[in-house]
Amino acid sequence: MELGHADNRTIAAISTPPGAGGIGIIRISGGQALPILEKIFTPARADCPFETHRLYYGRICNPADAKLLDEVLAVYMQAPRTYTREDVVEIHCHGSFLVLQSVLELVLSQGAQLAEPGEFTKRAFVNGRIDLTRAEAVIDILSARTRKGVDLALEQMSGKLFCEVDAMRATLVEVRALLETAIDFPEEEIEIADHRALYERIFNDVYEPLENLIARAEEGRIVRDGVSIVIVGRPNVGKSSLLNTLLQEERALVTPTPGTTRDTIEEYIDISGIPVRIIDTAGIRDGVEEVEQLGIKRAKESINRADLVLFLVDGSTPIGDDDRELFRSIAHKPFITVINKCDLELKITPDPGLPMIAQPLLISALTQEGLTDLKQLIFKRLTGGREQWQEEGCSPNLRHKAALAKGLEALGRVCDGLQSGLTNDLITIDLLACFDHLGDIVGETTTEDVLDVIFEQFCLGK
Amino acid sequence: MMDIANRFDIAVIGAGHAGCEAALAAARMGCKTLVCVINLDTIGAMSCNPAIGGLAKGHLVREIDALGGEMARNIDATSIQFRRLNTSKGPAVRSSRAQADRLLYRLRMKKILENQKNLTIRQTTVDSLRVEHGRVTGLRTSLDEDIAVSAVVVATGTFLNGLIHVGLKHFPAGRMGDSPSVSLAGWFRQQGFTVGRMKTGTVPRLDANTIDYAGLEPQYSDRPPAFFSFASDGDYRQPQFPCHITYTNEKTHEIIRGSIDQSPLFAGIIEGVGARYCPSIEDKVMRFPEKLRHQIFLEPEGIETTEVYPNGVPTSLPLATQVAMIRSIKGLEKAVIVRSGYAIEYDYVDPLELLPSLETKRIRGLFLAGQINGTSGYEEAAGQGIMAGINAVRSCRGEEPLILDRSQAYIGVLIDDLITRGTKEPYRLFTSRAEYRLLLREDNADERLSEIGYRIGLLPQQQYDRFREKQREIDEGIARLDNTWIKPSPDIDEQLERLQSTTLKQKSSLSDLLRRPELSIDDLGSLVSHDTRQAVAEIGASRFSEEIQLRVKYKGYIERQDEQVRRFKKLESTQIPADMDFTGLSGLSNEVVEKLGRVKPVSLGQASRISGITPAAISVLQVHLRKRSFESKQDKGQR
Ligand SMILES: Cc1cc2nc3c(=O)[nH]c(=O)nc-3n(C[C@H](O)[C@H](O)[C@H](O)COP(=O)(O)OP(=O)(O)OC[C@H]3O[C@@H](n4cnc5c(N)ncnc54)[C@H](O)[C@@H]3O)c2cc1C
Ligand SMILES: Nc1nc2c(ncn2[C@@H]2O[C@H](COP(=O)(O)OP(=O)(O)OP(=O)(O)O)[C@@H](O)[C@H]2O)c(=O)[nH]1
Ligand SMILES: [Mg+2]
Repeated sequence: MELGHADNRTIAAISTPPGAGGIGIIRISGGQALPILEKIFTPARADCPFETHRLYYGRICNPADAKLLDEVLAVYMQAPRTYTREDVVEIHCHGSFLVLQSVLELVLSQGAQLAEPGEFTKRAFVNGRIDLTRAEAVIDILSARTRKGVDLALEQMSGKLFCEVDAMRATLVEVRALLETAIDFPEEEIEIADHRALYERIFNDVYEPLENLIARAEEGRIVRDGVSIVIVGRPNVGKSSLLNTLLQEERALVTPTPGTTRDTIEEYIDISGIPVRIIDTAGIRDGVEEVEQLGIKRAKESINRADLVLFLVDGSTPIGDDDRELFRSIAHKPFITVINKCDLELKITPDPGLPMIAQPLLISALTQEGLTDLKQLIFKRLTGGREQWQEEGCSPNLRHKAALAKGLEALGRVCDGLQSGLTNDLITIDLLACFDHLGDIVGETTTEDVLDVIFEQFCLGK
Repeated sequence: MMDIANRFDIAVIGAGHAGCEAALAAARMGCKTLVCVINLDTIGAMSCNPAIGGLAKGHLVREIDALGGEMARNIDATSIQFRRLNTSKGPAVRSSRAQADRLLYRLRMKKILENQKNLTIRQTTVDSLRVEHGRVTGLRTSLDEDIAVSAVVVATGTFLNGLIHVGLKHFPAGRMGDSPSVSLAGWFRQQGFTVGRMKTGTVPRLDANTIDYAGLEPQYSDRPPAFFSFASDGDYRQPQFPCHITYTNEKTHEIIRGSIDQSPLFAGIIEGVGARYCPSIEDKVMRFPEKLRHQIFLEPEGIETTEVYPNGVPTSLPLATQVAMIRSIKGLEKAVIVRSGYAIEYDYVDPLELLPSLETKRIRGLFLAGQINGTSGYEEAAGQGIMAGINAVRSCRGEEPLILDRSQAYIGVLIDDLITRGTKEPYRLFTSRAEYRLLLREDNADERLSEIGYRIGLLPQQQYDRFREKQREIDEGIARLDNTWIKPSPDIDEQLERLQSTTLKQKSSLSDLLRRPELSIDDLGSLVSHDTRQAVAEIGASRFSEEIQLRVKYKGYIERQDEQVRRFKKLESTQIPADMDFTGLSGLSNEVVEKLGRVKPVSLGQASRISGITPAAISVLQVHLRKRSFESKQDKGQR
C-alpha cells in the first residue's frame, strides 16, 4: 500500500462491521471528502453550511440520474481535529448491506478510492495523531487470528502500553533530576533523596513493572504468532481420533488398523484465544514399508519443530517397548503425556517413578471425556503455568520485548550502582540508557532502524 | 576608493570574553581582523565575578584551550586561587575553578590582542552594519567611519540598550561605568531580528580593610594547581590568596524583606527575564523563606587591590539597604561598600535567529556570540566567541562551517541548545545539559578537539605536538596495565585481603584489578613483581595518571556511552534539506509547522530536540524525507 501524508488520495470505506445493525457508517478521509459529500448529498434544509462536527439530515442521490439511494445523517469534520487528521466525512446510512454498498460505490465513483484494511489508522499514525505502539496495534488487529489476539491489539491500541511505558519513563526522569541536582547544585543544601530511597523507588516503580511487562511479552508472542502442537504415539493409540475430537470434525481417517495415517495432517484450532496449529502424525514403529517410513520421518521432523508434544498412549493395552523408545525421542521437548481410551478397562496406571507417565492425563477421544482438562492443561503449559488470561494488561510484541530487555539490563546496573555507592554521574548513564530504550517502544527516541522495521509492515513507498 | 586601512576580512564588535576569542581565532587563522571596543581599557574585562571555571564552565575553558583559544592560558597566568570542584561526585563532573586577579586578567588579555599578528584594535563604537544583497559588507562607527569587511562577529554582551537599576533609580549603561550601545541595538530591531530583554545582577564590592576575617572559615588554593591550559605546567604564576566563608542570617533577611518595595525587581520596574539559577539575594530570601541562611564567599579581587567580591549576594536594592544588609553579616559588621551592587537589563537577540555556525539566518556573514545570544557567563561567551571567529573565517573562505555536536563538546551542547530550543532566561551551562557527560570530561578535552583545532589552523604546532605526546604516554600506560597479568596465588590473595578486596579467581590484568572500585593505581604496585613495580609506579606518578586511571576504571561505562553516541548520530546524520517547506506537510499541526519553520533544523536529530515537537511529528518528517529521497532516486533513474 502506498502510504504517507503526501499521499493525497481520498479514501472511503464502510466502517461499521458487516451484518445486522440499525445503521451503517461510510467514512471518507482526505482532501476530497467534503466536495464529494456536496455532490451526492441533498440537505433537507435549504442552507447547509457544513459546519465542522455538525450532523446534517438529508438524502443521498446519484448526481448522474438523481436516483435516491438513502436518507442519511452526514457529518463533516475539518482537519486536523479528526481521527486521521485529514478532512473526514461520515455518512450514517440505513444498515442494509445493499444500501451501504451502493452508497459506497457512489462515493467511489466521485473520486474516492476504496480504503485498504486499517488505512484510516495508518493515516492517523503517519499524520502524527497516534504513537508507534498504537500504530503497531493496527498491524496486529489486521493480522490477529483469534479473538484474544484482537483483544490484545485493541488494548494496545487504546494506549495502555504507551501509558505504562510513559509512567516508567516519568519516574526515571524524576529520579534523574534528583541525581543531577546533587551534581550541578552542590551549594544548594537542598534535601536530596539518598540512594537507598531512590533505589526503592526505581525498583518498585520501574524494575518490577518492567519485568512483568517482559513476562507478558511471551503471552503476546503466542497469541500473535500462535504455537504448534504435535500428537505423537505408536500406531493405533487414537491420534487421529484425538485430532478429530479437538476439531469437532471428521478430518482424519480413523480405522482399527494400525498405520492408518501415513502423512502428517495439520489443522488450526483456538485454545482459549491461542491460535494452535495441531498436527496429527503417522504412528511410529519399526520395520514397515516405504510410504509409512516416509510418514514416520515427517512425524519426527514435526516433533522437532513443535512447541509442545502430546505424547499419546493407549490406556487399554500395557506399555510396550515401542512406547518407551518413542518417549525417549520426545523427552527433550515440552510434552504432556495423555492416556487415551479411558472408557475401556485401564491396563496402565500412573507411576510417579516413571517420567513418561508421571502425571498423565486420562481422556477418551471417543467419549470426549477429559477433553476440557486437556485443553486447560495445554493452555497452562503454553502460558507458563497460568490458569487463564490476566484480566488487565497489554502484551508487548517482540520489538517491544527486545527494547524492554535492554532497558531492564541497564536498569539492573542502575540498581546495583545505587546500592553500592556508585557516583551519580555514572548512575545516570544507565538511567539515561534505560530511558532511551523505553523511548524506542513509544517512538520517542526512535532511531532509523526501528522505523524501518515498522514501515516495512506498512509497505511504505516500496 | 576606500582606504586600504579601512578594509578588513573580519570585524569583531566587542572585546569581552566572546569578542577576544573571536578576534584572536580569526587573526590566528590568518584573516585580517579588526576588533572594535567602546573603551580600550576594558578589553577582557570581567563584568561580574573575578573567577573563571566552575561546574561545566571549567569544561568549556578546557575545550576552548584544546581548540587554540586564549581563556585558559590567561587565567592560568593571572589566577590567585585554584580549586577542583566536585572531586567526590564522580569522574565525569570534576571541574576546575580559579579566582582571577581582575586587573591582571584584562591587562594580559589586552597585551595578547595587541601583539597578535593580523589583528588591529580600535576604540570606537559601532552604530550600524552595512548589508548588501543579504550579506554584511561593512560597518559604520559613531565617528562616521566606514569600514569594509567580509564578515562581522557581534559580541556586545550586555551593552545593547543596557539599563542599570539600583533601587528605584535607573540609568542607561552598558555595564557600571560604561556607556550603552543604543544605535546598534536599534539597528538589530530595524533589520527585523527578534529581540528580547533579559536582566542580570551583581554584588556590591567591599573594602578588605574593613572586614573582620578573624572568625571566618578560610578556603585555600589546591596544591599542586590544576591548570586549565593543556600547555601550562609548573607552579603558580601569582601569589595565592584564600577566600573566606560567611553566611547571611535572619537579620539580613529581615532587612531585605523590610525594603522589598524598593526593589526594582519586585516593584515590577525590571521587565527583563533573569535566570532562575542565579537569583539575587532578595529573590532567594523571598522565594525560600524557610532557608535561614545563605552562604557567601568573600573573594579577593586581586593582588594590588583591597576590593572584595562577596559571592552570593547579587542585589539591586537601594544602596542604603545594601549597606545595612551587608553589615548584618558576620565579619562584615563594619564593612564599607566601595561599589554598589546593581541589576542590568539589556537586549538579546533570539538565538533561534542563528544557524549552528552562529551565523544569522537573516544576514549572511553576520555572526553573533556571547551574551547577545541570551547566555550568561564568561566561559559560555568565550566558547561561542571562538566558534564564531572560526566560522567567520571559514565563511570568508567559502568553506563549510565547523560545527561541534553534542557528543563532541560542551560547546556543541551549548550552541545546539541555543539554536534549537532558544532561551527565555539567561542560559547557563550545566553538566546535566550534556547527554554524553562521561565522554565530555575536562581531562580529555584535547583528545576530543585538538585534532580539529590543529586541522583548521588554529592550534599552534607546538601545542599540538604536546597533545600527541600526551596521547602517546596515556596509550602506553593503558597498554601496560592491560598487558601485565597477575596469576592467583596465596601471596596475591593475602595482599588483596590487606587492601580489603576479594581474592583472585583467575588470571587477571592490572586493568581488571584497577576496575575494582576499591583499588587504585598505587595499590597495584604491591601486587606485581619487583621489575614491573617500577613501571606501575611511573604510571601512578605520571602527569596523566588521572586520565589513565579514568579510562581504565570506567571502560565499561565509556563504551556504553559510545554506544549511545552511535544511536544519537543516526538521527543526527539524517539531514533535512535547507529548502524543505514544512507547510507542505499535511501531517503536521500548525504549531509544529511554525516551530520547524522558525528553527529550520538541519537534521532529524535537531528537529527531535525542538521543544513541542512530538515523536509523531518526527515520524511524519521521517516518512517525508524517505519519500523525498526515494523520489529523487527515481528521478535520477529515469534520466
Ligand atoms: C552586572 C552584571 C552581572 C553579571 N552577573 C553574572 C553572573 O552572575 N553570572 C554569570 O555567569 N555572568 C554574569 N554576568 C555576565 C558576564 O559578565 C557576561 O556573560 C560575559 O561577560 C559576556 O561576555 P561578552 O563577551 O558576551 O560581553 P561583554 O563581556 O559584556 O563585552 C561586551 C563588549 O562589547 C563592547 N561593545 C558593546 N557595544 C559596542 C559597540 N556598539 N561598538 C563597539 N564595541 C561595543 C564592549 O565595549 C565590550 O568590550 C554579568 C554581567 C553583568 C554586566
Ligand atoms: N474405545 C475407544 N476407542 C478409541 C478411542 N480413540 C480411538 N479409538 C479407536 O482406536 C482405533 C485407532 O484409532 P486412530 O485414531 O485411527 O488411531 P491412530 O493413532 O491415528 O492410528 P494410526 O494412524 O494408525 O497411527 C480406532 O478404531 C478408534 O475408533 C477411545 O478413546 N476409546
Ligand atoms: Mg491415525
